Amino acid sequence: MAEEQEKVAEAEAEDVSAAAEADQEALPQEAQEASGESAPEAEQAEAVQTEQRERPNKMRMVDAINWAMIDEMRADEDVFLMGEEVAGGSGGTYGASRGMLEEFGERRIRNTPISEMVIGGAAVGAAMNGLKPIAEYMTANFAMLGMDAIVNHAAKIYSMFGGQFNVPVTYRMAATWSQNSATHSQTIEGWFAHVPGLKVVYPGTPKDAYGMLRAAIQDPDPVIFYESINLYYNRRLAEEIPADMAPIPLDRNVVKREGSDVTILTYGRMLSVCLGAAAKLEKEGISAEVVDMRVLRPLDLEPALASFKKTYRAVVATDDWRSVGMGAELAASLYEHGFDYLDAPIERVAQKEVPTPYNRTLELSAFPDEEDVINAVKKVIR
Amino acid sequence: MIEIERVGMDEVVAGSHVNHEAVGLTREDVLELFRLMVLTRRLDERSEQVQRQGKTAFYISGRGQEATQIGCAYAMEPGKDWFLPYYRDFGIMLAVGATPRDLALALFAKKDDPASGARQMPAHFGHRDYNVFTSSSPVSTQIPQAAGIAYASKLRGEDAVCYVAFGEGGSSKGDFHEGLNFAAIWKSPVIFLCQNNRYAISVGQEKQMAVEDVASRAIGYGMPGVVVDGQDVLAVYKVTKEAVDRARRGEGPTLIEAKTYRIVPHSSDDDDRLYRTREEVDTYRTSQDPIVRLRTYILENELATDEELDHIDKEALAHVDEALDWAEQQPDPVAEEAALYVFAEA
Ligand SMILES: Cc1ncc(C[n+]2csc(CCOP(=O)(O)OP(=O)(O)O)c2C)c(N)n1
Ligand SMILES: [Mg+2]
Repeated sequence: MAEEQEKVAEAEAEDVSAAAEADQEALPQEAQEASGESAPEAEQAEAVQTEQRERPNKMRMVDAINWAMIDEMRADEDVFLMGEEVAGGSGGTYGASRGMLEEFGERRIRNTPISEMVIGGAAVGAAMNGLKPIAEYMTANFAMLGMDAIVNHAAKIYSMFGGQFNVPVTYRMAATWSQNSATHSQTIEGWFAHVPGLKVVYPGTPKDAYGMLRAAIQDPDPVIFYESINLYYNRRLAEEIPADMAPIPLDRNVVKREGSDVTILTYGRMLSVCLGAAAKLEKEGISAEVVDMRVLRPLDLEPALASFKKTYRAVVATDDWRSVGMGAELAASLYEHGFDYLDAPIERVAQKEVPTPYNRTLELSAFPDEEDVINAVKKVIR
Repeated sequence: MIEIERVGMDEVVAGSHVNHEAVGLTREDVLELFRLMVLTRRLDERSEQVQRQGKTAFYISGRGQEATQIGCAYAMEPGKDWFLPYYRDFGIMLAVGATPRDLALALFAKKDDPASGARQMPAHFGHRDYNVFTSSSPVSTQIPQAAGIAYASKLRGEDAVCYVAFGEGGSSKGDFHEGLNFAAIWKSPVIFLCQNNRYAISVGQEKQMAVEDVASRAIGYGMPGVVVDGQDVLAVYKVTKEAVDRARRGEGPTLIEAKTYRIVPHSSDDDDRLYRTREEVDTYRTSQDPIVRLRTYILENELATDEELDHIDKEALAHVDEALDWAEQQPDPVAEEAALYVFAEA
């Protein structure tokens, strides 16, 4: 099944919109992974075959995350990884910790019991006592069960201790949707981005994931590091990442595609979707600038604002629900700082406000896609 | 010192540790238990095939755990009692009265799926007609709800009991601790059934807890704890019946730990060769398979012949095939329906 999807993807044209489609194609397989299961068959077959682990020439999202952790752990003895299944035979639920148990041993690559509260809290404790934990939540949904540790402790201890203890934890969590239904499909970055004391990032490309994860692990503060399972295995997005690539600072958003008619603010999975939409819009003579809002907190609005001052129009596109989510914050910030440049109301593309349904037809109808982005752009352009 | 009870744990047997008449069951009951177990097994196997054919997106199996589930459900009163199953509980569903058609509708995510109208993942069971409460994907989160459901029954003066299931892996969660403590203090009538199949995906029990028996934790909460041979349907029936009787008498909850085994990988894309030996799995696929155990017991006690049991099995398979074929043809929901069921209708 996975291979078939790969072939479909292979057959498609070498442009970003194909990447976005390949992403959609690959979904059914990932539905299974996100339900707390182990890596996909293709992954496992690979894991069994390749005894010798070589740094891949081109890295997919999942490889980039894998190698960022490996490189950081090689560089710093204080870094360790804990989470459910991370020391499993297939390298974690999604293969993100492949080869790490073999290289670093059980002392530094630790399976935990199914205890999300302890994963959150023990990471805080270990961090205060000098380590740099990477705490993995199998999905962002399960991080909800560790919320007190993250929101009340990781985020606030530096302040509550008057700056005497900092908490250098990296909470990695995967978000996805693909027939995982209501409690398994949520992307709650907005919940975290609400909290002073947390840094929240959500990369949409392998290079960004690599550079930002290294920076997150080195960072003296707690970082919520979002990963999109929908992007993990997408070969279209694979890129070369040298071992000596510098970490990407966690305070900088970037323009990922230049344009002059409209500014699209997005991040994570929706980045590929928006780039795909921009490519299609180009053919219709509409030039869209896509700003990757990969850093959500502290929010770096500068590149988006600079773009907006040029285009006077903006669309905010997220996988999240519309109300009181990250998209609301992005739109509000633009209104606040760019009001004088506004030529049309900002459009928001978001998930329908329903608990995510399992049935594929219902689910697809709930989530935003390329067409939704295109329609939103046309609305602000008109 | 308080001790936990152990039933059927001293030696390995081919049949059952318990005589059916000694626990008040007739020959017909035993054959019904057999029918439910093979029906569950056949539905499970066929559902997996359907998933492999690409007709459904996801499958998770309860294969190997049928005696635990059906022995337990048989000691309860469907229609009156409450059920909060976990994702392997196909046996519970069939034993409380759900039909293979009901379960097949959920697998195919059809419009008329009685669990949720195609909103829930398969194996997130729910059925209003049988007081089966739907569950959330994060494990063990149904445990605190069980404490509340049971308390509500108690408050109304009813003697309904609430069943709640989870794996040994799920017992590492705070929900487990808080739910058991709460139910014990309020003497809520709950049957906490830990289906200990020794693994949480790839993680073996010894890496999940430093104790041998999940049931031993009952002592710390002040409720009876029982360890039972989960491959022995009559033994599970016996201990559950005792726990249900206690609960109905107002004596509060019981933690039952059934030692069982899942004979298939964790789910449709887990490779269990990476973490357990074939020899280990094979034992539970042969002599210690719960269906083989019951068959042996039936034959030893001459309750039915091999041919009669084969016939029951064949009928079960036909029943399942009919249900899956039928369900596949049922209507799908349409996109507009996604907007339904956000707020309760006035
Ligand atoms: C809170 C939470 N964390 C992680 C998961 C992912 N997950 C799904 S099943 C499972 C293993 C559960 O093991 P156990 O409770 O022993 O039940 P079993 O599957 O063995 O029957 C895990 C970790 C989850 N569903 N919920
Ligand atoms: Mg288990």
